[in-house]
Amino acid sequence: MYEAIVVLPLLGAVIAGVIALVGARNRFPGANPPPPHDDHATPLVQEGHAHAAPSPAESHVTTASSHEDEHAAEPAAAGSQLAELITTTLLVIAAVLSWYAFFDVGFAGHEARVTILSYITSGDLHAEWALRIDPLTAVMLVVVTTVSSLVHHYSNGYMADDPNRPRFFSYMSFFTFAMLMLVTSDNLVQLFFGWEGVGLASYLLIGFWFHKPEANAAAIKAFIVNRVGDFGFSLGIFATFYLTGAVDFDTVFAQAPALVGKSFHFLSWDVDALTAVCLLLFMGAMGKSAQFLLHTWLPDAMEGPTPVSALIHAATMVTAGVFMVARLSPLFELAPNAKAFVVFIGATTAMFAATIGLVQNDIKRIVAYSTCSQLGYMFVAMGSGAYSIGMFHLFTHAFFKALLFLGSGSVILAMHHEQDIRHMGGLWRKIPFTYAMMVIGTLALTGFPFTAGYFSKDAIIEADEVAKGVMSSYGFIMTVAAAALTSFYSWRLIFKTFHGEPHDQHHYDAAHESPTVMLIPLAILAIGSIAAGWPLLGLFTGEGALGFFRESLKYAPGNTVLEDMEHLPLEIALAPTAMMIIGFLVAYQFYIRRPDIPVRLAREQPVLYRFLLNKWYFDEIYDYLLVRPAMWLGRLLWKGGDGFVIDGFGPDGVSARVLDVTRNVVRLQTGYLYHYAFAMLIGVAALITWFMFSGGHG
Amino acid sequence: MTIGLGHYLSVAAILFTLGIFGIFLNRKNVIVILMSIELILLAVNINLVAFSSFLGDIVGQVYALLVLTVAAAEAAIGLAILVAYFRNRGSIAVEDINLMKG
Amino acid sequence: MIIHAIFFYLFAGVTVASAVMVISSRNPVHSVLFLILAFVNAAGLFVLLGAEFLAMILIVVYVGAVAVLFLFVVMMLDVDFAELRQGFLNYLPIGALVGAVVLAELLVVVGAWVIGPDVSSAISAPIPAAATVNNTQALGLVLYTRYVYFFEAAGVILLVAMVGAIMLTLHHKPGVRRQNIAAQVARRRDSAIEVIKVKSGQGL
Repeated sequence: MYEAIVVLPLLGAVIAGVIALVGARNRFPGANPPPPHDDHATPLVQEGHAHAAPSPAESHVTTASSHEDEHAAEPAAAGSQLAELITTTLLVIAAVLSWYAFFDVGFAGHEARVTILSYITSGDLHAEWALRIDPLTAVMLVVVTTVSSLVHHYSNGYMADDPNRPRFFSYMSFFTFAMLMLVTSDNLVQLFFGWEGVGLASYLLIGFWFHKPEANAAAIKAFIVNRVGDFGFSLGIFATFYLTGAVDFDTVFAQAPALVGKSFHFLSWDVDALTAVCLLLFMGAMGKSAQFLLHTWLPDAMEGPTPVSALIHAATMVTAGVFMVARLSPLFELAPNAKAFVVFIGATTAMFAATIGLVQNDIKRIVAYSTCSQLGYMFVAMGSGAYSIGMFHLFTHAFFKALLFLGSGSVILAMHHEQDIRHMGGLWRKIPFTYAMMVIGTLALTGFPFTAGYFSKDAIIEADEVAKGVMSSYGFIMTVAAAALTSFYSWRLIFKTFHGEPHDQHHYDAAHESPTVMLIPLAILAIGSIAAGWPLLGLFTGEGALGFFRESLKYAPGNTVLEDMEHLPLEIALAPTAMMIIGFLVAYQFYIRRPDIPVRLAREQPVLYRFLLNKWYFDEIYDYLLVRPAMWLGRLLWKGGDGFVIDGFGPDGVSARVLDVTRNVVRLQTGYLYHYAFAMLIGVAALITWFMFSGGHG
Repeated sequence: MTIGLGHYLSVAAILFTLGIFGIFLNRKNVIVILMSIELILLAVNINLVAFSSFLGDIVGQVYALLVLTVAAAEAAIGLAILVAYFRNRGSIAVEDINLMKG
Repeated sequence: MIIHAIFFYLFAGVTVASAVMVISSRNPVHSVLFLILAFVNAAGLFVLLGAEFLAMILIVVYVGAVAVLFLFVVMMLDVDFAELRQGFLNYLPIGALVGAVVLAELLVVVGAWVIGPDVSSAISAPIPAAATVNNTQALGLVLYTRYVYFFEAAGVILLVAMVGAIMLTLHHKPGVRRQNIAAQVARRRDSAIEVIKVKSGQGL
């Protein structure tokens, strides 16, 4: 059964991929595809789009508008519906199986190790394709397959106009497969395979509309920044193998206690072995989960279609880092310095991303920074030793963040691909269902009592408060402050999008509710955002967590976070809620009652405003510090190294030198007789001289 | 004083060198080259006969006779080529003879 | 011996001087004439060496045939020495250097080397004493017996040269009528004469 869960999405991906390839072959037999042209010849297929085709003369501020020309001009790919149907169905089956596995493994305790194939056997290195099914895995399976199947379902509606649907669904299913390989892996090598696989899928999906240069750039940026993290991750794997002689989890975890206090020698420093390993592995998590220094790719990843953002950059791929830390909890528990670093990074990210999200104007970017911030929360939980709470927040966050993204997608579609919230307003009357869903999602995000987010987020803050790490107080302050900011920007989004007066009358008039196929997933996710909290509290927190997760999450003997959390004073427990209310009130003031205040503030504090709007100038800093030197080095090696040295002295150089020599030698062939005679004379003279001085035979 | 072998050989050497000079120093016409070759051959002949005389071996003179024969033949052929060339090209100035340039 | 020395220096000097004039004379006819002078003086040197047959042969063949041939060609080619180009001096430095080197080496060899003691036993055909045979006879005794093969080969070379020279320069002018003796002799009556009956008063 577990193999089925993992393989079904792969099957869907392959089938959809074949459909895509065959369709592309038939459409473009051997020639380059024609560039998309601007006439809207094809009638739009799906129901509901009754308004006139928009003229290209409309000036849209957002970049999403350019793609509407593309997918209105080309006909839909052959077999699109078949691809959609197959992939979505297979994923729904996988989701159902995952829920069954969740109950089976979690409650009935049927853990499993399923070995599929042997992968690497080289000296001491043994790696296999094996599935490790324990409660941690079961939780992740549920999250991944549920959200993935809902997003597939939603994409049936959202991507209805796109001519390349088979490719899209193929990539989405492939991503799901890679993510499942990641969460079910039994060793670090398979984890890395899944890690890289989701990175690849992210690249393919962000750059799905590859005719857009911004999408290409964003895809490359995501991949490269991930790569930086993966570099650290690889070093971590190597270090693990070096220290323990194995890469599979059972062996590594068994060996870990023996490594406490050991240090290994690196470039004339002695570093504590476990701390180094955990830090290196965490570097991978920083890249994959867009934490503080390696975050630059996440906002740009919004260039991809909204379902992609919902699936990958909200619920699953970015949580791979969190999952990885949870999976390696036996190692992290033995490296308190690494845990402190994790808390530091997580808290900083939570605060930093929240500040940027305050002033963003693209609806998807606000949600993206919100994701970044919430991931910071999860890492704070992990670093504090409350692994199950981090997983709890991962679980609930997947639901409400996916809900927010898909809801944003619904808004975007209603506003006909307008993404700037400054051009929206008053939409609650036109798209009430979407509005309701978004409000539910926002309530969950900000931690409104009795929503799922309330339980998980507040749990994190409480856990951080009781944790005994060095960074805990820093983490506590940051997370509480970020809660206020989170509430503020989330409600800012709702108010500016759905309330107030419409800023773009034309789009407002044309707005209508999305098709049902898109609304059903929204509803399911909304139910999850509310219902996934209180019923599961016993599984993820307190004593129940130890009973549920059993051996899959390790707690060191001194780690009493789960217990201590229960005994906090009430002020601490209510602090996040208070922050949430403050944020709501401020947002209400700024955007409903006195909308002139934020405008005035922005004008009076231009430096601060621009600093936040430009994402703390990180992109510019990285460009100056890293990108330019890299390009300079590349150019130097290309022009100087490759061009001058290798071509100059290598094959081209040799041939050029040969030509030079022959050109000079040709000058000897003057055609003049006396030149030749002269040459002969010189030869004779030389011969005579040689014979004279070599003595001859005399 | 006694004229020894060395004197004759010196004369031959000087004639030989002069012949060589004549080959590449002249810019006027090709006939001078042919004449220089005759000078060289003459120098060789003097050498041969001098050795023949001083060693008392008649073979040197026989050899000189054969050289003479060959020199005459070569002069004839060379001049014939020159005449044919002149008929085709119209000039025998050394500088104009550069068809072999390459 | 003094006479011997005087004549040697005379002949040698004039040879060298005329050789210099051969190569440096502006007029090619002068060059040829100086060449003739050089040959004649070389013949004199040969006589001093006791090879009078060779000296006479030098005069007859070289002067009488080769130099005259040169003269013919020089005259025939009608070289206009108003056009004679200069540029003599371009190669003078390097050429003089190389030539001087060659000359120096030759002279050094001449001065320093001695004839080995065993050479005299390697003489293959000793010259008979001049009292018994003269130079011509001595040459003949050797040439037609031991070296007859080279003699015949020399004859073949001359034949080939003659054929080659003619072939290179023979140039049938178009339009020149020649007799073809073989055709004339092979003519038959029936190809030469045709009898035609002429009607009276009508002509041919």
